[in-house]
Amino acid sequence: MPEITYVVPDGSVHVVDVPAGQSVMDGSVRNNLPGIVAECGGSCSCATCHVYLEGEFADLFDEATDEERELLEYAEGAQPTSRLSCQLIVTGSCDGVRVTVAPEA
Amino acid sequence: MTTEIPHAVRTRPVAGPDARVVVVGGGHAGAALVGLLRQGGHRGEIVLVGEEHDHPYHRPPLSKKFACAELEQVIRPREFYAEQGVTLRLGSPIVGLDPAARTVTSAGGDSLEYDVAVLATGARPRPLAVPGAGLAGVVGLRNLADARVLRSWVTEGRRLVIIGAGYVGLEVAAVAAAAGVPVTVLEREERVLNRVASAELSAIMAEAHGAHGVDIRVGALVAELVGSGGAVRGVRLESGETLSAEGVLVGIGAVPRTELAEAAGLECAGGVVVDEGARTSDPAVLAIGDVTVRPVDGVGRMRLESIPSATEQAKQAAAAILGTAPPEAEIPWFWSDQLDRKLKIVGVVRSGRAVVLRGDPTSGRFALFHHEHGLVRAVETSNSPADFMAGKKLITSGAVVEPRRLADPDVPLRDIVHAG
Repeated sequence: MPEITYVVPDGSVHVVDVPAGQSVMDGSVRNNLPGIVAECGGSCSCATCHVYLEGEFADLFDEATDEERELLEYAEGAQPTSRLSCQLIVTGSCDGVRVTVAPEA
Repeated sequence: MTTEIPHAVRTRPVAGPDARVVVVGGGHAGAALVGLLRQGGHRGEIVLVGEEHDHPYHRPPLSKKFACAELEQVIRPREFYAEQGVTLRLGSPIVGLDPAARTVTSAGGDSLEYDVAVLATGARPRPLAVPGAGLAGVVGLRNLADARVLRSWVTEGRRLVIIGAGYVGLEVAAVAAAAGVPVTVLEREERVLNRVASAELSAIMAEAHGAHGVDIRVGALVAELVGSGGAVRGVRLESGETLSAEGVLVGIGAVPRTELAEAAGLECAGGVVVDEGARTSDPAVLAIGDVTVRPVDGVGRMRLESIPSATEQAKQAAAAILGTAPPEAEIPWFWSDQLDRKLKIVGVVRSGRAVVLRGDPTSGRFALFHHEHGLVRAVETSNSPADFMAGKKLITSGAVVEPRRLADPDVPLRDIVHAG
């Protein structure tokens, strides 16, 4: 099962197994990691699952839709590496991916 | 089964990471709270008592996704609770709260002791007070069982009449119409979304629903539901007209479930009254979610029936229990999926403010900025997440904007937000 590393806002690092087909958000919710609130449940509505995905890992996921891009444009702490983790669907090639959870808005 | 609680227990300080927390209600607020408590390092026992048998699940899909497989979405995986050391007591309605003994009592007669009780009992559909409201084939929409009924009706192609053109009514109507089911929405007020949206957005959405085959009747007063053999067959209006119906959804709002709180003598005023820390009038009882009336910055005390509010209050309650810094106040926001439109509304819409339209309503992508002398108070957006997010920033920043620039789609929002 792909292993995903989450760096959460308090600086702690959590490595969890996330089954292929689930989202990076799901992996965080499943393990009760702090930082990803995920209040809309993953429907790309709320922007409370904001993470930074560094360059080398970005290509392992589908590109952001226009909707996601717009939500992120004005999100608190938005950076070029910003993604909504509910839209990052894990595949078999995502083992070792590392994301940094954005501070809450 | 109640045992005498020693005085020392009764008077020990509420809260702290070792408190025994009993959360009454397994909806969004309650489920969010138990996760947040463990995230925050809570060591004490946590019990989540839910009246339904299902594990806590997302309710927004009940009206938005009831016809498809995405209806059933648990908030956390079922194993989550045991892994987090949270005792789940499902299918266990709570019928009593005794603040003096610090116990809650289940319908089965069990008594649970608490250091902190959290009321997260939510709301129930407001009943329709007309003859025939008890006929078979008349439902409200609050839980999975209700949604499954709606699904079966849509699958069977039953002619549907929806009473109430609020979010729930219009979301269900949109799904039914998309499935090709004949659907009529009756609204007693003169416009749809009367309670929750501006007149401008109401007009736009009424037109959009009409174009998608939803028959909307405003100013329609229901006199009676008529049936045969105990099942609903039609809706008679006060105008004398009778609409045939094979299923009726009543979506005329929700009533906070304050019974426990009222019987326990907690202050209630159209909801359990709480402060910005989710505290009720009893020091050992908190309340969160749809059951509360809560302070909202710049507005006063109100009910906010929304997931974001439930989540925010869960954070407040976690902080109050753990004794950590309270979270910053959030701007209320709401979302609703109707037809091909994702509506997102930030701030509390009030009449009497100037409204600026940005974008083209016929395209489905637009925003309505509500402002007072250039101070943005609320923004209603449709298929325009950038306007939503930028609107939230404008409200938070308190920047004074030039309405003309907001209305001009050639002026990038980025410039407006940052100029503020």
